[in-house]
Amino acid sequence: MNGSKTLLTSYVSQPGEIKTSSGKTLRTDEMIINMGPQHPSTHGVLRLEIVVDGEIIVDVIPHIGYLHRCFEKHAEHMTNYQQVIPYADRMDYVAAMNMEQGYAVAMERMLKIEVPERVEYIRVIMAELQRIASHLVAVGTFGIDAGAFTPFLYAFHDRERILDLFEMTCGARLLYNYVWVGGLSHDLPPQFIDKAKEFCKYYRPRIKEFNDLLTYNEIFVKRTANVGVLPKDVAINYACSGPMLRASGVNWDLRRDDPYSVYDRFEWEPQVGKGEMGTVGDTWDRHIVRMREIEQSVNIIEQALAGIPEGNVQAAIPKRIRPERGEIYARTEAPRGEIGYYIVSDGSTTPFRVKARSPAFVNLSVLPEISRGAMLADLVLIAAGVDIVLGEVDR
Amino acid sequence: MTAEQVFTSLKAKFGDAVLEAKLDALQPWILVVPERMKEVALFLRDDPAMQFDYLMCLSGMDYNDGKLGVVYHLFSTVHRHKIVLKVQCAKETPHVQSVSAVWGTANWHEREAYDLLGIIFDEHPDLRRILLPDDWGGYPLRKDYRVPEFYNGVKVPY
Repeated sequence: MNGSKTLLTSYVSQPGEIKTSSGKTLRTDEMIINMGPQHPSTHGVLRLEIVVDGEIIVDVIPHIGYLHRCFEKHAEHMTNYQQVIPYADRMDYVAAMNMEQGYAVAMERMLKIEVPERVEYIRVIMAELQRIASHLVAVGTFGIDAGAFTPFLYAFHDRERILDLFEMTCGARLLYNYVWVGGLSHDLPPQFIDKAKEFCKYYRPRIKEFNDLLTYNEIFVKRTANVGVLPKDVAINYACSGPMLRASGVNWDLRRDDPYSVYDRFEWEPQVGKGEMGTVGDTWDRHIVRMREIEQSVNIIEQALAGIPEGNVQAAIPKRIRPERGEIYARTEAPRGEIGYYIVSDGSTTPFRVKARSPAFVNLSVLPEISRGAMLADLVLIAAGVDIVLGEVDR
Repeated sequence: MTAEQVFTSLKAKFGDAVLEAKLDALQPWILVVPERMKEVALFLRDDPAMQFDYLMCLSGMDYNDGKLGVVYHLFSTVHRHKIVLKVQCAKETPHVQSVSAVWGTANWHEREAYDLLGIIFDEHPDLRRILLPDDWGGYPLRKDYRVPEFYNGVKVPY
């Protein structure tokens, strides 16, 4: 009798005994719930250590690194600068074109290469198609997290048509190795322009259909409006970027504000969150910014297709890349935000150091800030609204 | 503000803490001592003429000459100017002041630099490994790092 009693009490932890992995002591009415790494709503392998008081979130501690391959170490061990590009692809595997373009832009600035206009136009078309494809994954899976399965099928159906265009151009559907330093691996196939125009014509009405189905759905709005509000100053302090920053009311887009490529020749507008359904910077705003950006991307693609000049896409590719000693940080606008490459050259044919500043890594670091005080069930939507791709968070 | 102006006002304010600047580089940079990095960062963020409120990137470096370093790429969303700050420290005593209280984004970037290069950020609220497992040995991005043959007694094939 006495023995079983001691056994029982020995399992009861004393106040102040249990700590989170960041060293905070739990109060007696708090508990830790682990979400992931194999949870469907974590969009890959992310583990969230959640401290809850009843159903209210007290703290969230993200644990990342399950997909870590050390891109930066790989980059240092290549035999030349072009070989880094396939590895850049594999960082953000749903927006590989944008990852390649960021690296190519950084290297071209370092080497002071002028890229032929045709290359710039094709890069813009590819980057914007990829942006649509990536946003479709984001909003489709966002719907699933809110309990709406059908919009996901619509989104992936349309995304397939974009992947078909990519496959036609370079043979790959996900990881392209298409944008090279100074040029492209292939020119456009002859029927590409017509097919892409056809896609734009087909796709434009589908945006409205998707909005009717999901964006303005009463239940969806109630689940997402006023949830996970990210104020402007916090967004800037945490260096959020892309739709995450714009949804918080910051009119900021690297395509316009830190110009690269030929975006200045087209008419388009960065989309900013206005708090139409709730507060500026809530999860619904993040969703609508993505939807409106898709529309803008279609605009850009149509203009680029109309004005694409002739030229040789491989004319400016350097035979041997050997930058002078020096370093560069260049940033471009990927679907998730600012993808920056800090490249250091020691004058040899391989990079001395490549650091990739990936947007989702930085955006995810603000997650604890915006989830404190929210309901546990909303965390799924808050995390989905950040739109993480773990390949890029972990690199 | 140009890099030269930033350098002059930093030099006037902090004197010996600002070591040198390379203003003719592709992207001009200023070298600061690691023990006073936080002060400099606070000044750069809060001074009305500077307002570097956006830390674009924070990268750890191994210069392969016995020195480690940290590179800060700063940007101001108000004035739209940029500057690059650098600090360097000896490999044996890799201590740098943390700036995660100045820019929230530095928290994870500094954890990454600690994880991959072993730079210790003093006063960091939660300096743990972030990408690698907690029981990993060594710092992979150091130039003298050897890829281990075994992980927890299990042979790693290549």
